[in-house]
Amino acid sequence: MERLKIVVIGASAGGVDALITLLRELPASFHLPIMLVLHVPPDQPSLLSQVLAFHCELQFVEAQDKQPLQAGWVYCAPPGCHMMVEPDGQDAYVSLNVDPPVNLSRPSIDLLFESAAHAYGQGVLAVMLSGASDDGAAGMRTVFALGGQGWAQAADEAAVATMPQAALAHNPRCKEMPLRGMVAQLLAVRQAMPLEMTA
Amino acid sequence: MCGRPDQSLATAVPVSDFDIQLHLLLEGVFLKYQHDFRNYSRSSLRRRVQQAMDHFGCTTVSGLQDKVLNDAELFSRMLQFFTVQHSEMFRDPQHFRLLAEEVLPMLATYPSIKIWVAGCSNGEEVWSLAILLHEQNLLERSVIYATDINAQALRTAESGIYASNRIAQFSTSYLEAGGRRSLSDYYHAAYDKAVFDRSMRRHMVFADHSLATDNVFSEVHLVSCRNVLIYFDRRLQDRALRLFRESLVPRGYLSLGSKESLAFSAHVDAFAPLHTEQRIYQLRA
Ligand SMILES: C[S@@+](CC[C@H](N)C(=O)[O-])C[C@H]1O[C@@H](n2cnc3c(N)ncnc32)[C@H](O)[C@@H]1O
Repeated sequence: MERLKIVVIGASAGGVDALITLLRELPASFHLPIMLVLHVPPDQPSLLSQVLAFHCELQFVEAQDKQPLQAGWVYCAPPGCHMMVEPDGQDAYVSLNVDPPVNLSRPSIDLLFESAAHAYGQGVLAVMLSGASDDGAAGMRTVFALGGQGWAQAADEAAVATMPQAALAHNPRCKEMPLRGMVAQLLAVRQAMPLEMTA
Repeated sequence: MCGRPDQSLATAVPVSDFDIQLHLLLEGVFLKYQHDFRNYSRSSLRRRVQQAMDHFGCTTVSGLQDKVLNDAELFSRMLQFFTVQHSEMFRDPQHFRLLAEEVLPMLATYPSIKIWVAGCSNGEEVWSLAILLHEQNLLERSVIYATDINAQALRTAESGIYASNRIAQFSTSYLEAGGRRSLSDYYHAAYDKAVFDRSMRRHMVFADHSLATDNVFSEVHLVSCRNVLIYFDRRLQDRALRLFRESLVPRGYLSLGSKESLAFSAHVDAFAPLHTEQRIYQLRA
């Protein structure tokens, strides 16, 4: 956990409530960037970043191509568009494209997770929240294969458990956790960080 | 048009085995075929290389490298995997409407008009622009330079022939873009194809030109480079934008794709947004 460099989150049906519960507990000074794919209808402008910003201290933005990643910011995939992370020396930035849907999804959670795994290896934490598809399960496999970690929202707590269950089924090392547990762990890592790293 | 690669383009250090092998493949392809994909966005390339591996029956990127470097014919087929050819006529109609209503009337003040469509793919954008120019009586004094690195796409672009089952969508977009006639005035149907008016072809110049390795070739009034820069990393995007800056006349126009933006580029201050939402910019004088 100390090596974490980025948190990537996938969510679909029932995901907004879970996102609010999870993210509103994190402080504005959270020490990592967060990238978020929520399946949304492709043709409408998404209010997601505004809705989440209303409830949370973190800063939210609908990601733009080549936007640099910063700690304490949450980058939301634009509707109808894949969002990935592109490494750039010590830094990284957002990469968007409109390639065909992957596994019926665009944005695709698989693509986000895979790109993070390749860019950050052990530095990745992938989180699967409520949802009705199996998007993200394959991406999480790449995350584990390259040394990262994965969490899935506890089935009894997720509004729709298909997506976290698929992640667990494909990834024996994925941890099933309630949102409260996720928050506690993320805050604990932050506490444990040496001072100069939290500055 | 052939040039030397930029020494200043450097790539990020690969983390995974896949990325290490991808790095080597791209170096090999560059040395052997002078096609430079080294500064393409890795996150976009990985999927396409994976698809090429599946297609050519390779289990590793190194395996694909072995085949590609020893078989020039296979490389030309792999090029179809490395580049994304999706395009439409009047793609994002509101964008073309703005070009017609706000940009072309300004271009009309020049005695002759030069336009560069960079990354023209199968030419849908080129023929769309020619039609808009024609409807403002500007085509006669215009030249459209249409460039791409994909030779097969350039041949299609030059032919101006598209499958008829795409025409319904093109016609709808043409009207949404403010087209003044009927799209059918510009093509004739031949079996399952629509063949666009050859007389417009006289105002187009098609050329193999890479934004990664080639240089500026003409002064132009408008650069349209849509849905190309998203496939580049930041350095290569900046290189391409530098070429556009050098090519454009003072106050020349730049039009980008709907998911592209100058906001995070080294050249952001050189351009003023004319229409931020539709990604149309103007070079500052
Ligand atoms: C998705 S298509 C865009 C077509 C059209 N401009 C549009 O917006 O519909 C991208 C095109 O960029 C071309 N391309 C890729 N790399 C290039 C390079 N280095 N120089 C010029 N064109 C390039 C590809 O071959 C492809 O035809």
